[in-house]
Amino acid sequence: MNDIVQMRGIEKYFPGVHALKSAQFDLRRGEVHALMGENGAGKSTLMKILSGVYEKDGGTLRIGGENVNPDGPRAAQNLGIGIIHQELSLMNDLTIAQNIFIGREPRLSFGRIDERSLNRKAQEIFDDMNLDLNPQAIVGEMTIAKQQMVEIAKALSYKSQVLIMDEPTAALNDAEIGELFTIIRRLKAEGVGIVYISHKMDELKQVADRVTVMRDGEYINTVNTKETPIDQIISMMVGRDLNEESIVIPDLSGAEVALEVTGLTRKKEIQDVSFSVKKGEILGFAGLMGAGRTEVARAIFGADPIESGSVKVHGRTCKIDSPVDAVAAGIGYLSEDRKHFGLALSMNIRANIAMASLERYTDKAGRLNEKSLEEISMDYVERLDIRTPSDLQEVGLLSGGNQQKVVIGKWLLRDCDILIFDEPTRGIDIGAKSEIYKLLKLLAEQGRAIIVISSELPEIMRLSHRIAVMCEGRLTGLLPGGSATTQEDIMRLATQRKTYMNPIGETQ
Amino acid sequence: MNTLAQVKKPSLLSHIVATGTHQRLLAFASLILLLFGFSIASPNFMQTSNMIAILQATSVNGVLAVAATLVIITGGIDLSVGTLMTFCAVMAGVVLTYAGMPLPFGVLASICMGALAGLVSGSLVAKMKIPPFIATLGMMLILKGLSLVISDTRPIYFNDTEGFDLISRGSLIGEIFPSLPIPNGVLILFLVAIIASYILNRTLLGRYTFALGSNEEAVRLSGVNVDAWKMGIYALAGGICGIAGLLIASRLNSAQPALGLGYELEAIAAVVIGGTSLAGGRGTIMGTIIGALIMAVLINGLRVLSVAQEWQTIVTGVIIILAVYTDMMRKRKK
Repeated sequence: MNDIVQMRGIEKYFPGVHALKSAQFDLRRGEVHALMGENGAGKSTLMKILSGVYEKDGGTLRIGGENVNPDGPRAAQNLGIGIIHQELSLMNDLTIAQNIFIGREPRLSFGRIDERSLNRKAQEIFDDMNLDLNPQAIVGEMTIAKQQMVEIAKALSYKSQVLIMDEPTAALNDAEIGELFTIIRRLKAEGVGIVYISHKMDELKQVADRVTVMRDGEYINTVNTKETPIDQIISMMVGRDLNEESIVIPDLSGAEVALEVTGLTRKKEIQDVSFSVKKGEILGFAGLMGAGRTEVARAIFGADPIESGSVKVHGRTCKIDSPVDAVAAGIGYLSEDRKHFGLALSMNIRANIAMASLERYTDKAGRLNEKSLEEISMDYVERLDIRTPSDLQEVGLLSGGNQQKVVIGKWLLRDCDILIFDEPTRGIDIGAKSEIYKLLKLLAEQGRAIIVISSELPEIMRLSHRIAVMCEGRLTGLLPGGSATTQEDIMRLATQRKTYMNPIGETQ
Repeated sequence: MNTLAQVKKPSLLSHIVATGTHQRLLAFASLILLLFGFSIASPNFMQTSNMIAILQATSVNGVLAVAATLVIITGGIDLSVGTLMTFCAVMAGVVLTYAGMPLPFGVLASICMGALAGLVSGSLVAKMKIPPFIATLGMMLILKGLSLVISDTRPIYFNDTEGFDLISRGSLIGEIFPSLPIPNGVLILFLVAIIASYILNRTLLGRYTFALGSNEEAVRLSGVNVDAWKMGIYALAGGICGIAGLLIASRLNSAQPALGLGYELEAIAAVVIGGTSLAGGRGTIMGTIIGALIMAVLINGLRVLSVAQEWQTIVTGVIIILAVYTDMMRKRKK
């Protein structure tokens, strides 16, 4: 057999989640094998098992034909498996050579480091890879692409036979991607097997020999890239049927425009984004991770600066430089990361619900009116059905769904009529999810303008009256909601890159 | 409305079991234990005069510790409380002794200059985004230098200001109850503690103090003007240092410009022993006062038992580490 890696029937459980259900994956010598799937499909988990970060709960893992069970990254490294994480893990203040040999520096007597042989060994690796890098250059002063090369060199210095790359092009520009692909092809020729995790269709056509698609922790299929049209890969990725009530889209032709964004721009992250939301409308924002949706939301809310563009609220141009301005204009933002950006976890429900409106419950001397604070927070506990023994319960002790309701309560109390929900159901169980959906619909019916950012297509399909799709900082399309739009339509726009778009065999 | 009443009951219970309370109880129990132990070890310890000496010794450190508590709850730290206290005392000297103005002006000058210096620290932290440790370290040195420059490195005496020494050493309570000659300094400490506690728990400023320490970014994203509130807290803490300046100047009947360094560490020690988290978001004034009392009782008790002073310092160090360690262990168990 030519397979260096063979994974069969892999099972993995996390508390409350069955993350991998009999997943499988093969890798041959000298091939680039892409692993695809939506966020949360289980790609990273599977690769973390291969690279020894997680232990599998079931199934077999064979490397070079032998059953193995690496119990840590070190063990996996010794088996010849190297991984390059999406977030580079280099020490910026050290040189390239020091980074590559961290933890196994050649030594002289008395624990002194043999810098000369360190640099020489690094140079040998670069010569092998045909890379033009100076071993003594400081890593932090190099471009991201060059840093990635260092990571690859580091992985190869362990004599890796398998190289796992997790979204390696996420931070690279086109020229740098080209450079990376050249290296990948060279490694391939030398017989290294490469696992390539990516969301970008056009890249697959460029480098991958085979594609394995995963969905909801399950193995779907493995196909040859050359013979398979992109549309087929996309439908394998989204596959699932949505057996649920079709969404009723209200007639909003006469409704007032609540929020109008024109030409929002900041560097590469947000490129000339324009859209509007009407009162009573739910606008869904679809796209893959890193598409720039959260950046747009934070920019509108004044949490991050913008370079150009304007925001109109109810027809009036608003200058929003900080969240203080945004809240004054009636915009509320519910962050994807409740724990870091939404809640004061060590404080109680009452304090959190009132956080954005405390001034209203304060007398001239600055004293809080605890009585009305209690009334109002109990009112929201009841209305939003927050399950808690009391409104003095610490928010950190609540479940994810109830925490999200507290954040929603905060913005309702502030009377914001434009609400931006960033991944409103992340980390929330199914039951609580549908409650949140109901709540969002209700808020729209009450005439609020709602923006929902979500990486889960079914969620976008279920909620949105209209769907905005982003890719790499650009708004690639605005689609109607409901049955007029398919998940494939959205996925196509979400992977529509501006340049570097001449994949072979694209059928459209 | 009857659901409100239903929910109220467990709320009280959960409030009592709340984390901050737990550590405070622990600190309080240690204080009682210490008092008990020392009174067995030495018959002189439980004398009224000795108790009053302990309270008197607590007053300055206690007031400074209250100021430090406010800043620490925001997740910051204030290293300048000690030298700021001295600076405020010197400013009172400038107004009262150099300029010969009446007593109230001196009091006002001390508190206002304290608040002003606090505002500067606050702006450094909030506006210029300098880490609190560094900002207040700088302020600590600047204020120490200013005190020495303004006073020409010589103590300023308050002999000409009638009643100045009564601020700390007089006893209003003693006049009413002659058997209880508790000095005014102690009275002022408890007044400051009660007011600070009220501000922390019942006012907007207090609520934001906890919120900043709990999750500053979440507060900012709630549309709150985080910088302004933070500056306000540092200013309030500075004003309280001004009160400490008055207390120590009154006790010594002079402003000693070389004094002050080291007080900040004792204050922070009291805060920590009292269960306030250095990570911010949690803490009580009551705990801090107990912490300050524990330190004073310890030093006094060891002195009564004729333990050498150098050993007193070592014991204090051990107590600080023990206090935080027990707190950490308890949290880990949860």
